[in-house]
Amino acid sequence: MVVDAVTLVSGAAEGAPLRLDEPLSFWGGFDPATGLVIDRWHPQKGACLQGRVMMMPAARGSSSGSAALAEAIRLGKAPAAILLLARDAIVIVGAMVAAELYGRACPVALVREPDWERLAAAGRLAVRAGAQRAEIQIDDR
Amino acid sequence: MVQFSALDRELLSGGRGPAAAFAMRLITRFAEAVDARRFIDIEAAHVDGCLYLGRASLDFVERLVALGGKVRAPTTLNVGSVDLIHPELFRGRKEIGENSARLMQAHIELGRAPTFTCAPYQTKYRPRFGAQIAWGESNAIVFANSVIGARTNRYGDFIDLCCAMTGRAPEYGLHMTENRFAEAIVEVASIPSDWEPERVAVAVGHTIGRACQSLVPAIVGLPGETSEDDLKALGAAAASSGAVPLFHAVGLTPEAPDLETACGGFEPKLRLRLSAEDLREAARSLSSVADGAPLPAVSLGTPHFSLSEFERLMPLIDGPRSLVDIFINCSRATFTKLRALGWEERLRAARVTLVVDTCAYVTTIINVDAGAVMTNSGKCAYYAPGNIGVEIAYGSIAECIASARAGKVVRL
Repeated sequence: MVVDAVTLVSGAAEGAPLRLDEPLSFWGGFDPATGLVIDRWHPQKGACLQGRVMMMPAARGSSSGSAALAEAIRLGKAPAAILLLARDAIVIVGAMVAAELYGRACPVALVREPDWERLAAAGRLAVRAGAQRAEIQIDDR
Repeated sequence: MVQFSALDRELLSGGRGPAAAFAMRLITRFAEAVDARRFIDIEAAHVDGCLYLGRASLDFVERLVALGGKVRAPTTLNVGSVDLIHPELFRGRKEIGENSARLMQAHIELGRAPTFTCAPYQTKYRPRFGAQIAWGESNAIVFANSVIGARTNRYGDFIDLCCAMTGRAPEYGLHMTENRFAEAIVEVASIPSDWEPERVAVAVGHTIGRACQSLVPAIVGLPGETSEDDLKALGAAAASSGAVPLFHAVGLTPEAPDLETACGGFEPKLRLRLSAEDLREAARSLSSVADGAPLPAVSLGTPHFSLSEFERLMPLIDGPRSLVDIFINCSRATFTKLRALGWEERLRAARVTLVVDTCAYVTTIINVDAGAVMTNSGKCAYYAPGNIGVEIAYGSIAECIASARAGKVVRL
C-alpha cells in the first residue's frame, strides 16, 4: 500500500524503517563517520542509521546539526531517507546542502501522524519524494 | 507561502550572481520550513562556519567562492579551529589544521571581516538596538537579543552564511516583536552573601538553561552591579545547558525596564524561584573534580575575554608566578589593544598564553594528561569535557588565578 506525504527534500530511496524513540541532535549525538548514534543519553545509543529510513518526529538541540548530516550524506553513512512529523529546518538544510554539493539524495518527507505507526511497523519502505508530493510505499514482507 | 519582493526574485534568478542565487534558493526552502511569510533586510550577519567539522562545511564555502560570491550584508566571522596569529599553538593533526586554516581563508575571500571571535559584540561591528540581524553562535545570539536588543533567531550551519550572501533573512521568530516577550519568570530570591555578580551570573545562566530550554525567561533579582561581562557569561551558560535565545534581566536589559513590559501581558508558562542554595548547587555541578584536585592548566575567556575583563585581571596577576599555564582566549581586536597598552609582556611574564582567533575549549591547544582544567566559564565547563576530553573545575576569575599559583583547585 502507499501513503501520501509532503516533500521537504526531493529524491527516491528505500530501506528498512528505524523509528527513534527520542529526538536526536545530529551534532554531538551522531557520528557522521560511522552513522552511529553516540548520544550517551539516547535510548538507541549504538544504533546505526546508515541505509535506514529514519523516522523521528523532529530533531533536537544544536544548530550545528545540518553540517553533520551533510557530512554523513557525503560519506554514505546517513539514513537513506528521513520521515518527520514536523518541518525541521536543521534536517532539511543538511539534506538540501548535500544534494546541492554532492548530488546525493537523502529524501526528507513530512508524514501524517495517523500513518506513523503503520510506517514504523513496515518491513521496508520505498520513499519517492517529487517536487511537492511524496509517496511512501509500504512493503510488509 | 513565501511572498517574494522584486529583490528576492532577482536574487533567485541569478541577477545578483550565481552564488547569491544558490544562497537564496537555500533560504527559500528554509523559510518554507519555518513557515515564514516573507524576507526582510538584515543590517549584519555573524557567520559560525569557521570551525572545521568535516569536509562538507569546507566544500560549501568553496562552492560559494568558486561561484564568485561576495557577502551583501556586513558580516563578521566566528572563531575558527586554529589561531592564525599563533599557529604554533595548534597540536592536532596536520591535515585538520590545514583544512581549518583554508576554511577561515575561504570565508575571508567571500568579503567578510576576519574578526574570528565569538564575541562580535565587543568589536566595532556591534549592532544597534532594534537592528534586524542574522547571527550564528549561541552566545552571540543570546547577547545580541538580550543585552543589545538587536533581533536574530538562532541561525545555524549554512543558513547564517546564506543570509550574509543575500542580505535577507526569513521573517519569523525573534525578528518579530510579539515573539520577544518572556515565557518564563525566574526569581533569584537569595544569593550567597560572599558571591560576586560574576558567579551569580554563571550559576543563574546554567540553571535557567536547564529549566527553560528554548523558552524566553525574565530574570528578577540579579545584583544591581551586574556588568555586561556578567550578562555575557549568563547568556553563554544558558545557551549551553539549554537553547535560550533571549533573556530579559529586569532593570538591566533594554527590553525589560520592568517585569510587566518584559512579559507583554502574557501569562508565563513556567515560574522558577532560585535560592542561594540552588545557586551553590549549580556552581558545584559545573565542576567534575573536587577542591584540591591537581591542575595542569587554567583557561579563561569563553566567550572571548573583553578588555574590561583584562582590566579586572591585571592587578590579580601581579605577584607570585603561576605554577601552571594560563590560557586566555580573546579576539584579535582585543589582542591589538593589549599590545598597545603594553600588557602582552606583563601577561606573558605571569605565564599567560593569549589564544586568538579560536578558543581553547574547541580545539587541540591545551595539553593535559592528568588532572583538570579550571575555567571561569559556565559554557566552557559544559562543553570542554566532551570536546577536548578533560576534567573541569569552575571558579571565579580570582579563584582561577589563585588556583594557577597553587597548582591545584583553590576556593577563596
